[in-house]
Amino acid sequence: MKPTDTANPDYYHRVVDCQWACPAHTPVPEYIRLIAARRYTDAYMVNWWSNVFPGILGRTCDRPCEPACRRDRIDHKPVAICRLKRVAADHRGDITPFLPAIPKEKNGRRIACVGAGPASLAVARDLMPLGYEVVIYDEADRAGGMMLSQIPAFRLPYEVLEDEVNYILDMGVELRTNHYVGSLAALLDHEESYDAIFIGTGAPRGRELDIPGRREAAGHIHIGIDWLSSVAFEHTDRIGRRVVVLGGGNTAMDCCRTARRLGGERVDVVVRSGFDEMKASEWEIEEAMAEDIPIHNFLVPKEFLHEGGRLTGVRFDHVRREVDENGRRRLVPTGEERIFECDDVLVAIGQENAFPWIERDVGIEFGKWDMPVVDPVTFRTSHPRVFIGGDAAFGPENIIWAVAHAHQAAVSIDKHCRGEDLHDRPPDNVTLVSQKMGIHEWSYDNDIDHARRYLVPHADKAAALAERRMEVELGFDEDLGYKEAMRCLNCDVQTVFTENLCIECDACVDVCPTDCITFTGNGDEAALRLRLTAPARNEEQAILVSDLLKTERVMVKDEDVCLHCGLCAERCPTSAWDMQKFLLVTAKACEHD
Amino acid sequence: MTHIAKPRFQHPLLGANDLGLSRRDYEGSMSTLCAGCGHDSISAAIIQACAEMSMPPHMMAKLSGIGCSSKTPNYFLSKSHGFNSVHGRMPSIATGSNLANHELYYVGVSGDGDTASIGLGQFAHAVRRQVNMLYVVENNGTYGLTKGQLSATADVGMRSKTGEINPHDSIDLVSLALQLGASFVARGFSGDKDQLVPLIKGGFSHRGFALLDIISPCVTFNNHAESTKSFDYVREHNAVMNRPDFVPRREEITVSYEAGESRDVTLHDGGVVRLHKLAEDYDPTDRVAALHHVQELQTRGEIPTGLIFVDADAPDLHERMGTPEAPLNRLGEAELCPGSAKLDAINARLR
Repeated sequence: MKPTDTANPDYYHRVVDCQWACPAHTPVPEYIRLIAARRYTDAYMVNWWSNVFPGILGRTCDRPCEPACRRDRIDHKPVAICRLKRVAADHRGDITPFLPAIPKEKNGRRIACVGAGPASLAVARDLMPLGYEVVIYDEADRAGGMMLSQIPAFRLPYEVLEDEVNYILDMGVELRTNHYVGSLAALLDHEESYDAIFIGTGAPRGRELDIPGRREAAGHIHIGIDWLSSVAFEHTDRIGRRVVVLGGGNTAMDCCRTARRLGGERVDVVVRSGFDEMKASEWEIEEAMAEDIPIHNFLVPKEFLHEGGRLTGVRFDHVRREVDENGRRRLVPTGEERIFECDDVLVAIGQENAFPWIERDVGIEFGKWDMPVVDPVTFRTSHPRVFIGGDAAFGPENIIWAVAHAHQAAVSIDKHCRGEDLHDRPPDNVTLVSQKMGIHEWSYDNDIDHARRYLVPHADKAAALAERRMEVELGFDEDLGYKEAMRCLNCDVQTVFTENLCIECDACVDVCPTDCITFTGNGDEAALRLRLTAPARNEEQAILVSDLLKTERVMVKDEDVCLHCGLCAERCPTSAWDMQKFLLVTAKACEHD
Repeated sequence: MTHIAKPRFQHPLLGANDLGLSRRDYEGSMSTLCAGCGHDSISAAIIQACAEMSMPPHMMAKLSGIGCSSKTPNYFLSKSHGFNSVHGRMPSIATGSNLANHELYYVGVSGDGDTASIGLGQFAHAVRRQVNMLYVVENNGTYGLTKGQLSATADVGMRSKTGEINPHDSIDLVSLALQLGASFVARGFSGDKDQLVPLIKGGFSHRGFALLDIISPCVTFNNHAESTKSFDYVREHNAVMNRPDFVPRREEITVSYEAGESRDVTLHDGGVVRLHKLAEDYDPTDRVAALHHVQELQTRGEIPTGLIFVDADAPDLHERMGTPEAPLNRLGEAELCPGSAKLDAINARLR
């Protein structure tokens, strides 16, 4: 193998598994260390710059970082990254002095954002400090989008949402509420002449279930996201005693738990596929089950049963999973039927994009599934002034993806307004700094904590079920937050190897607790991986290969289960190993410290 | 000195041996030696050898004298017996404990000062008595603990780090052990574990006195350009006489080599040391030839390493003295104090 090119920022970035997995590339270990130092405001700001909504995401994020966490591979449970983000938000001080200055003198460019959800708000956040004038349109009476209408208050208290939305609106964003944008052509020709239009309208249409009885019992069959929205805006405050929720995603989990709070005594979740195939996050399923909501699998809805316009139940076909010789999975009816008696049904079987308000002749090319064609790097459509991000771009994802899209779209909008090439993307800001403070002293805590993942306290179940707005997860207090923060392995503090200093004494090999380091003859990657002290079988994790050493061997380090304890560097007599902090801050439209 | 304890987390693929122990279970506390010390590599090699051989930790005793080397038993086998003795007196402790309980495996760890200077007399008698032990010398040619004076194994003419030239001839422990009748004589290099680990295993498997002289560079005081015990010098002058493999008794020997490429030596407990890349016409069971060969290579400035001599059938201390089969520490009062009638009979024989 050729020596690893560590000058490419991607190499060390990949080692920071959580940051690499985060769509917005939040520097996770950096803020976790700040939490351990009880510098909550600083920890919050690291998050705020990167993911814009730390308090919201600390409660609702899909957490792509956690399955990626190295601790999961060593200790079977990842660091509770999401809950630590909430610790930073819950315990922060006044952050207003640290918010970017908004120029009084505007740059003369006007941007319209359609939809006041996370994507549009994040675009506004990135553009306002540059002097742009941003107008956000939304059909609701308040900003927040799906964070407001679809995420129940018992998971995301309104005050938390309002705080973080207001940080952005208070920059001078013009919010036009109760304003449904019915025509893109009109917006493009608007008298206020917008230089760019950002579409952040989400995936607003719940998928319909067209089976017999749907029309007859329509009054008691609700589309999940519409029903959640009507609960959030307080148009609905009751549901029947017996409720069936169809679907196995996070919306289904929010529906069933909300139903429990609005009078649903017996709430059943019924899913077509197997339990292990459910799309909902593991923890949301656990929370639903903890609220006495059974989940039934392998049941395909066939008919809504009704009597005189009143819903009486749902009939299902029982199926089993079969995998054919090509590995394709099929659901085959077993011939059994099941009937669930109920008073109401919530249909949460998926969401779709819908762009009825975009005229098909305004210059936007539509592709597969009647979706606008969006450049995945620049987020521009085929219309030079129109950009799309969030769920509206590529279908339903989650908030953190919307933020990631928004950062890129904001860069593109800024470049567009400056007349620059959109594909000439700005480089990320990367620093790599030694953490050595003394012979065996580092500026990070390298003493590995062996504690298992800490559980988060919950509100009393009976009380939470009685009050729809009562937050269920109480979050870590300072003490638990500190303890959980100490589980972080500081994967951003990299093991940096300098060939020409190495005397091949083997000290690093001998001391490494997880057998990451091997000195061996060079070879191709597949062969090399297998002849290490501990074979590097996890192909998703890189190996660091040095140049040829004096003995004609190479140093190979498997990054997979490195604890970043720095013992290799402590036991190295020549500082050929050094522990250096890698900090990558993604390029955004607005510069920050 | 490293202040933190080595994390207990281990590689998920690191398995357990026949006793259900992982290699990590054979470790000791964190080393306080200088970073990069060859001795730490030797500790790691002992840990690896013991784990791979499924040595029962409670059946092992580690003994040492004084010096950097003699601190190391603290850094391996934390669940085994140990005795840190007076400077140069480890051989006496080893002899005594071996007499009292021959069922334990004994590993003595010493340095060039502890063995070749203050303990030379003790060393010589442990060898000639064939005490059943693995005697490891962590040989760095310098007194590291007292800031780098030349030791008795430093080569003549070598310049110390402070500029002093050694006017004296060195003591070659390998030649000495061969002359004194050691039945297993080997030399290793701390920077070559592939060779070292099988030598350690062979030493444990051998019955009788096994000397393992290990060149172990002192990174702080004896790793400079003019040193003859530095990593670079040893690598350049390492005359590898053979690369051994160790196959424990219960395992089938599966790898085969062309005739002349390797030679098997079956040890007392049935374990086999297979020697590869044997120097031509070299017979590791011929003591006189071994001594001659070593001397010849060393005169040319080379450092012979590998299994130099082995006599698997030589009687050990207990066989020579005719001690009972049961360890002495297990005998009861009746056997140890047979009474006044027996004493009278013995006295009568001497009249």
